[in-house]
Amino acid sequence: MELWFTERHTPNVKFSIKVDHQLYSGNSEFQRIDVFDSKEFGRFLTLDGYMMLTEKDEFIYHEMITHVPMAVHPDPKNILVIGAGDGGVLRELTRYSSVENIDLVEIDELVVEVSKKFLPTTACRFDDPRVHVYYEDGVKFIRRCEDKYDVIIVDSTDPFGPGEGLFTKEFYGSCFKALREDGIMVNQHESPFYDEDAAAMQRSHKRIVESFPISRVYQAHIPTYPSGHWLFGFASKRYHPTKDYNAAKWSMLGIRTRYYNTQLHVGSFALPNYVEELLKDVE
Amino acid sequence: MALSQVDAPIYEALRRLRRMRVVPFDVPGHKRGRGNMELTEFLGEDCMNVDVNSMKPLDNLCHPVSVIRDAEMLAAQAFGAANVFFMVGGTTSAVQSMIMYACKEGDKIIMPRNVHRSAINALILTGAVPVYVDPDVNRQLGIALGMSVAQVEQAIKDNPDAKAIMVNNPTYYGICSDLKRITELAHEHGMLVLVDEAHGTHFYFGEGFPTTAMAAGADLSSVSMHKSGGSLTQSSFLLMGERINSDYMRQIVNLTQTTSASYLLLSSLDISRKRLALSGREIFAQTVEMAEYARDEINGIGGYYAYSKELVNGDSIFDFDVSKLSVYTLPIGLAGIEVYDLLRDEYDIQIEFGDIGNILAYVSVGDRKRDIERLISALAEIKRRFGKTETGMLTQEYINPIVAEAPRKAFYAQKRSLPLSEAAGNVCSEFVMCYPPGIPILAPGELITPEIIKYIRYAKEKGCQMTGTEDINIERLNVLV
Repeated sequence: MELWFTERHTPNVKFSIKVDHQLYSGNSEFQRIDVFDSKEFGRFLTLDGYMMLTEKDEFIYHEMITHVPMAVHPDPKNILVIGAGDGGVLRELTRYSSVENIDLVEIDELVVEVSKKFLPTTACRFDDPRVHVYYEDGVKFIRRCEDKYDVIIVDSTDPFGPGEGLFTKEFYGSCFKALREDGIMVNQHESPFYDEDAAAMQRSHKRIVESFPISRVYQAHIPTYPSGHWLFGFASKRYHPTKDYNAAKWSMLGIRTRYYNTQLHVGSFALPNYVEELLKDVE
Repeated sequence: MALSQVDAPIYEALRRLRRMRVVPFDVPGHKRGRGNMELTEFLGEDCMNVDVNSMKPLDNLCHPVSVIRDAEMLAAQAFGAANVFFMVGGTTSAVQSMIMYACKEGDKIIMPRNVHRSAINALILTGAVPVYVDPDVNRQLGIALGMSVAQVEQAIKDNPDAKAIMVNNPTYYGICSDLKRITELAHEHGMLVLVDEAHGTHFYFGEGFPTTAMAAGADLSSVSMHKSGGSLTQSSFLLMGERINSDYMRQIVNLTQTTSASYLLLSSLDISRKRLALSGREIFAQTVEMAEYARDEINGIGGYYAYSKELVNGDSIFDFDVSKLSVYTLPIGLAGIEVYDLLRDEYDIQIEFGDIGNILAYVSVGDRKRDIERLISALAEIKRRFGKTETGMLTQEYINPIVAEAPRKAFYAQKRSLPLSEAAGNVCSEFVMCYPPGIPILAPGELITPEIIKYIRYAKEKGCQMTGTEDINIERLNVLV
């Protein structure tokens, strides 16, 4: 018997992982949630059939979306995380002792419950006393916030489905308003490779550029996401991601990472020419 | 076998036809789409397959005797009407048929001036003469309200020979008149009651909505099933009460109706009627819940005023349709039309319309909670990024017209073209309106005043989409010689 999970990356490209067995399948108000176990990638979580994380490569995504803004901001105390019900971003954030408060806004409570039960590698810090979880639409939550957060991490799903509001100009504008005067917003920025993903990436980049004075993009290599080449957006009111980056200071914190390091931090902002062009087209 | 609301006779007949695999040597010439592959790829094979012409198994809208008649009977049951016609020329054709039924040349019809252009068009076609009742106006919001009962009573007294009274119920903004009392008054004086219920389909199926035309005892009503009812654009219902001779009405409808009615439109009416009859209550409860939520949140932003039942005054605002999301925008220093444009240009959100002081976002069961959140957040962002002080905003929205000539006479009269700046003091021979909502600022036969010119210029400057005049740029007006 062979059981395979397959995700369509484009109408003409498929990506498959051989499944050992399925651990969970259920429908929430918002989406279908599945957890599988596999020989190659360990456990993995999918929402509406789209890959969210695997135990084998999630560290790349979670380290890159978290440590880049945390290393640039000189004193991040109050953090807002939108999405991220799997807990991976929380795991990385709670390693900073300077952080005083983390608000996590996840629209789907069932994602958190399922993650706590089946994905202990990521959902391991929900009980940290600094963490406060709100089950609410991020678009709604942030509308009411003003001049409040040092860092906002937008760990969204894709620009369709329940997460699509997190790719809109009204949302990025609300984030700008919710940040303190030197705040930083980082977001999951899709991939530049396949046409449809690239178009979505350009659309959100355009909207962020229009909302923030500083807006740069950095990359990482994530094997289980379409094309494996993934981008993150770095939007900021004051700090430049590399010019205002104090590598020595971050190293002093002694946070052990498997993907992120201070050289990679700077290097990740160096993008291939075709990506630079895609970005320039909309800037 | 007796039919019930779970049936959809036209839809079922089309499905049967599809299974029969009849070889088409009739129109339409695309032959189930095979003759026009680009269109078929765009619209889908299933859609092209049922784009067929009248034939025995499918009945004929001009003279229905089988499945269309059955479907119309089911619709009549669902709406509580004596008879219902399926209309494929939009609610415009239903409104025109109502007036053409009630009035011949020279007959008087009492109506509020803030009717849709389709009603005044019907006056041009029939030669009926309008007796306008000036609607009450809310000065703060700058919107026309319903007709007050006292004004209707006065109009009846002054024009005892009028044949009919026409009522907008609800208005675009969701405002209802005292339809029951107006109907009683009209019937006491032998006049028919015609209701433009274009925006009121859901009143028939939801709970807690204002009174429907049929429940109020009105004689005729035009219902835009394609607005809140979920059918395809351009499909509509004409509802008839007991006093209406439906066979004569069919002749009236056939004067202007196509003889090749689209089965896409007809089946969409049939399926939508079934859907609302079976689950309209839950559908509209959800719609109202979303509209109420949005209203509370928008009022929480500050500046904006999303109004509702608190406006009810027992007369010219006899009731309010809470499924409507109308928002007054002037306190944030932006005209409704400016907010409308910003929503689309900056935030990719298309709303129904914006006028001088208000916007209307159309909420329906097709909406998702997350889209409502986007709309609210976009409004909050517009206030943060573009908000100004309120000074210098024109508030006056509705201007009472001065009628100098009957619409038909003015439309066909000798005329000349004048630049806008020189037009004041003349009688206009054409329409000027913002679309949407399509309520004329000037109609044929009305006096052009400096106030109206100022309004037209302001609306143009703010970016309203103006229509109606022969001059496509609205820089000149046709006036009577």
